[in-house]
Amino acid sequence: MVVKNESKFDQVFKVFNYSVLAIALIIVLYPLIYIVSASISDPALVNSGKMWFFPKGITFEGYKRVFDNSEIWIGYRNTIFYTVLGTAINLFVTLPAAYALSRKDFVGRNIFMAMFVFTMFFSGGLIPTYLLVKSLGMVNTIWAMVLPNAAAVWNIIICMTFFQVTIPKELEEAAIIDGCSTTKLFFKIIIPLSAPIIAVMALFYGVGHWNGYFNALIYLSDQNLYPLQLVLRQILVLQEMGSQMTGSGAAGAAASAMHNKAEIAAIIKYAVMIISTLPIIIIYPFLQRFFVKGVMIGSIKG
Amino acid sequence: MATEPEMRPHVEMEMVAVNTTKPLKKKKKPRNLKRRIVQHWELYLFILPAVLYFVIFHYIPMYGVQIAFKDFIPSLGIWGSPWVGFEHFTRFFESYYFWDLIKNTLGISLYSLAVGFPLPIILALSLNEAKDGFFKRSVQTVTYSPHFISVVVMAGMVIAFLSPTTGLINHIIGLFGIDPIPFMSDPKWFKTVYVFSDVWQNTGWGTIIYLAALAGVDPQLHEAAIVDGASRWQRIWHINIPALVPTMVILLILNTGSLLAVGFEKILLLQNSLNMESSDVIATFVYRSGILDAQYSFAAAVGLFNAVINAILLIVVNQIAKKRGGASLW
Repeated sequence: MVVKNESKFDQVFKVFNYSVLAIALIIVLYPLIYIVSASISDPALVNSGKMWFFPKGITFEGYKRVFDNSEIWIGYRNTIFYTVLGTAINLFVTLPAAYALSRKDFVGRNIFMAMFVFTMFFSGGLIPTYLLVKSLGMVNTIWAMVLPNAAAVWNIIICMTFFQVTIPKELEEAAIIDGCSTTKLFFKIIIPLSAPIIAVMALFYGVGHWNGYFNALIYLSDQNLYPLQLVLRQILVLQEMGSQMTGSGAAGAAASAMHNKAEIAAIIKYAVMIISTLPIIIIYPFLQRFFVKGVMIGSIKG
Repeated sequence: MATEPEMRPHVEMEMVAVNTTKPLKKKKKPRNLKRRIVQHWELYLFILPAVLYFVIFHYIPMYGVQIAFKDFIPSLGIWGSPWVGFEHFTRFFESYYFWDLIKNTLGISLYSLAVGFPLPIILALSLNEAKDGFFKRSVQTVTYSPHFISVVVMAGMVIAFLSPTTGLINHIIGLFGIDPIPFMSDPKWFKTVYVFSDVWQNTGWGTIIYLAALAGVDPQLHEAAIVDGASRWQRIWHINIPALVPTMVILLILNTGSLLAVGFEKILLLQNSLNMESSDVIATFVYRSGILDAQYSFAAAVGLFNAVINAILLIVVNQIAKKRGGASLW
């Protein structure tokens, strides 16, 4: 549309509006840049407030200490394993169920739907779920990390909506008339046409597994099974760092310069934030596009 | 946003699909039912894993919630443990910490609702007014990004930034000559810390759903308003905001339904012995007494109380929305 003579008021409004956006941008961006800079700056300068934006007194000691730490690597390995296995299980449960629910000729569709949606609003709660997982003998096993959240109702709904709106009904009907079985139809036609939604689902669930800590906190006590987030919790929140990290194990000029334990702890913290979030940062461009799509498909239904 | 134009055809397509299948459904007679079930037996196999999952991990715990009315003894099991009625509930209601827990839980929820609910709407309206281009895309990309930071890293950031001696925030307020504030150890700051770290992390992400709604506004409305001499501000007020109302109502209902289910994973991480008096909420209390102290029945009772209040709130708010003739969940 063509706007002739923009009024004075509209021009003022435009300036105001762009200022609002610029402020939002700075507020969100600044802490992120600060973390990156702090992770490679001299911790003494960071702690005393002399590093404001660009890294000062560049050192990679923090990353070195993190890389030398076996707990973090075990955590990383475990998290990758839980994420891959967990996401595979999520897809195995979600996609076929969503497809079945998307079929208008599926008798009992509403009953199943109601049964799933009900759990969104009411649940047994933390303690009965914990006791169940315990009685199934899953405490301190990998199953406690992947089975109690094998599916999310919201994701099933998003997926079902996608199948309903993007798969042409004629295609399904034609396949059925040609004598194609539902299973064959699903694997040969539906799945190949659904790459975007499978990506959305894999990313939704995958990020959930990568970032989750609570199930690990209540179900795991064996350190060797700890996912990355629990190791991070010890370092970032409980501020517990083994002597392996802060001790004078690492030699070199930089290490001896940093004899202050608090300084070493600080630089490790910022480095660990970056390292643990790195995989997500790398896939962020995909995440953003697909996640936005996912939220919008969800909002059509909701 | 690249995906916006694609969304409208989807909506239309779905409506077409609904319209064409409805008459078909009516034609089907009940005697076909058995044949249809048999014909589509594979679909039941498809949905089986999901059904098993929800039965095992959601419905069995709902059955297990009866331990709230029992004295759970692990060796006797859920079924064999003796009934005690409302004993655990009365113990909870009469405890000295009951009102503190309620106050903190509601306080944090209402505070985050008051601050966190309008902000995504304002940001979405503002983004909607900006011209498509590099700047707008950058604002979106950057403000969405904190959504993907894990709650543990987020808590770590909050703790690091708010440290009275080494934290960024205290360095900044130091520039204005203000003495360092011990945010994490002073109980009166806890709720603000919780709410504003949430705002930082989720405001950008929260705009997506509103931007989708704004993309659905008929451009003719704006054209007509411009012809009538409406200013930008008037068009936002009389066209865009009304277009967002249904989305707002739905989100408000959902938020009210989870008023007592505050973001407890983050609270648990930010909690420490010094800020406990304002950071202890029902969910963290359930975690402590149930998982750490193994008072299973008592903790289950507290959790059930929480869930029941949530369900009641949800139903009441939904009913109010329905009566007012607005959007509702069911």
